[in-house]
Amino acid sequence: MTQRLMERRQILTFLGTLAAAGFVLPKMAFANWDKVAFEAKTMDEALKALGAGTPATSGDVQIVASDIAENGAVVPIQAISKLPNTERIAILVDKNPSMLAASFDLTPETIPEVTARIKMGQTSNVVVLVKADGKFYAASKEIKVTLGGCGG
Amino acid sequence: MGSPMKIRASVKDGVTEIKVLMGHEMETGQRKDANGAVIPAWFINEVTAKLDGKTVMQAQWGPSISKNPYLAFKVKGGKAGDKVSVTWVDNKGDTRTDEAAAT
Repeated sequence: MTQRLMERRQILTFLGTLAAAGFVLPKMAFANWDKVAFEAKTMDEALKALGAGTPATSGDVQIVASDIAENGAVVPIQAISKLPNTERIAILVDKNPSMLAASFDLTPETIPEVTARIKMGQTSNVVVLVKADGKFYAASKEIKVTLGGCGG
Repeated sequence: MGSPMKIRASVKDGVTEIKVLMGHEMETGQRKDANGAVIPAWFINEVTAKLDGKTVMQAQWGPSISKNPYLAFKVKGGKAGDKVSVTWVDNKGDTRTDEAAAT
């Protein structure tokens, strides 16, 4: 993390505190990027950083994706939660150097399913993590990759 | 500044489906250039989507999202003519907002 990014983070945190005190309205009121989770080196670390601990496997968390990805640079994934009060959906790729690909925070109006395209460096388990009613659930699917997508 | 996003929002049966295609390199920071130097990580790390002025989705992304990211999701409610706005911020602090009307 460069010095400039650290300063930006500090400024944003400061503005956030001011906003909470009712002074300044930041242009984008947004939780700071979860650096610890995104830079985790193992799946357990990433899950822990997300507050998930050991999530319960649930059939109500579904991953719609091809079993085989022809191009690891672009792997479409649809992550679906059938659980009520889904607040957050995250997509993780077990064997990627950066295993947390994305985390989506939903409102009560958002239907709990998202489609995104991820990079996969090699055949790996893709994990979809769901936070619903304050608890964490997960599902996992192995996707085979014929041509790795992280740039080699 | 980035290149313009393509946003499509269509309302059907009380649900607004929003699809966005963003233009961004999404450089992982894992690649090296021809001289062997690491190409620095450069990727969208925050996305906010609003429907009719209300935030309906906020996402944090990492470099594992594909280049020229595609995102699709659905929101309950919405009607034709509602404004859909999508904003991204990347790890260099660059940001872009695009809007479209739901059909």
